[in-house]
Amino acid sequence: MAPLSFYTLFYKEMLRVRKVAFQTLLAPILTSLLYLMVFSQVLEQHVEVYPGVRYTAFLIPGLVMMSILQNAFANSSSSLIQSKITGNIVFVLLAPIGYGEFFAAYVLASVVRGLAVGLGVYLAALSFALPPLHYPLWIVLFAVLGSALLGSLGVVAGIWAEKFDQLAGFQNFIIMPLTFLSGVFYSIHSLPDFWQGLSRFNPIFYMIDGFRYGFFGVSDISPWFSLMVVGGCLLVMTGLTLALLRTGYKLRG
Amino acid sequence: MLPAVDVRQVHKHFGSLRALDGVDLKIEQGEFFGLLGPNGAGKTTLINLLAGLSLPDGGHISVLGNDVVNQYRDSRRLLGVVPQELVFDPFFTVRETLRLQSGYFGLRSNEAWIDALMNHLDLTDKADTNMRRLSGGMKRRVLVAQALVHKPPVIVLDEPTAGVDVELRQTMWRFIQQLNNDGHTVLLTTHYLEEAEALCGRIAMLKRGQIVALDSTKNLLNSIAGCRLRIKLTDDLPAVLLPKVIECIGETYLLALPNYQAVEAVLAELRLAGVTVQEMALQQPDLEDVFISVMGKQ
Repeated sequence: MAPLSFYTLFYKEMLRVRKVAFQTLLAPILTSLLYLMVFSQVLEQHVEVYPGVRYTAFLIPGLVMMSILQNAFANSSSSLIQSKITGNIVFVLLAPIGYGEFFAAYVLASVVRGLAVGLGVYLAALSFALPPLHYPLWIVLFAVLGSALLGSLGVVAGIWAEKFDQLAGFQNFIIMPLTFLSGVFYSIHSLPDFWQGLSRFNPIFYMIDGFRYGFFGVSDISPWFSLMVVGGCLLVMTGLTLALLRTGYKLRG
Repeated sequence: MLPAVDVRQVHKHFGSLRALDGVDLKIEQGEFFGLLGPNGAGKTTLINLLAGLSLPDGGHISVLGNDVVNQYRDSRRLLGVVPQELVFDPFFTVRETLRLQSGYFGLRSNEAWIDALMNHLDLTDKADTNMRRLSGGMKRRVLVAQALVHKPPVIVLDEPTAGVDVELRQTMWRFIQQLNNDGHTVLLTTHYLEEAEALCGRIAMLKRGQIVALDSTKNLLNSIAGCRLRIKLTDDLPAVLLPKVIECIGETYLLALPNYQAVEAVLAELRLAGVTVQEMALQQPDLEDVFISVMGKQ
């Protein structure tokens, strides 16, 4: 392990995020607030998911987690594909950086960006409603594990995709449906049996549910079970990503 | 003494294309070595394998005794590569780019050398300019600085002067020669054969993934006997002299002659045919002649 090589690659990623902060931080926060405004206006008076909890308050943790996950994925995937297409990935590939450091730097940068956007959405959303904070550690745990998992998936997508179009397909046909159909806007108990059953195959559902448990102390599934699923998925994804990086798949021809 | 670069029976295939087909090459420490060949000969493939940008299908490559696959960290620390493509990261300034590259190589406090590099390559005024705002020549200078930021003992230049103006070429070659004089090994690929002839002590020529010539520049030049006669005539060249023509532009002909005595015979033929010489110059064979001769033989 070469700590300075790892740190430099991580720092480079964070510097990139900072240089285009309008696109990487402010825009996703604004998008989430628009969701919050529209959905809370339309559904606030009609829906009560948890007893005694306003719909807007219920919605905030889901939107925060959705922002964390989508931005964690976007960070590693977009950085990698940009570097591949412009060719500047060569500067990293020429350096004595091991595949483990490469993975850790991109995933950690994804986690940091995801958490930064999530925190921004949360703080901005407080003007709409104030969800309780029952178990802050669960919140942090699911935020970190979830963003690491999506950051790792972003590394795979960024390596696999050869053009922006392919990455957009990955984002629009896999990531977006999985996040939207994961209980961000509803509890899965409000779904018909078939869709409830199907939701249980969506790992993002467990991230949202566990994350929301940290706020309300209530969840659709045991948070320990969610933690197992999310942790297991992260381990599998980490193993797969490291294996790809080790072979040099689509990076070292 | 360990060779700077040791290439042993290296193979690289892309589908059915044999990009490198059993290449053996040894470059000693301190050499200024040229790797020449037509487009698609395998030069960049060989450099990519050396730099770890690509993995060989067979054989071994080492940099100062460090295998580029199994000891990649050490081999990459010893190598500085100027890539052929004009690539850059559009998010950063020149100084940020060089600091990041230093960090990738594990160097924490490298400001003095970064400043020296920018000074040598006339980049100091552009230190805080974003890479996107630089001209092509300036971007090429930054690429050279990036390759040298960790003071590598072996420097690989993959067509570093492609599309570069005369001033930058001279600045760059002065600096690279100084580094070579200080003991750095330089491996150069270029299509500018006069550069290779002036700079390289030894040269290898690649064709279709195989080395077809490998010798000192002097020996390669001596391998072409005779001289060249460039003449501009008032009329067409007599048919009897046509087999000696190696180049013809309008009424100016370049003839290959076995020795200086053959010049008189050419002039005699021209007199006999009533053709007048307007301009005439004698030339020694250069690396281009060697290149054409070697590539033509294969």
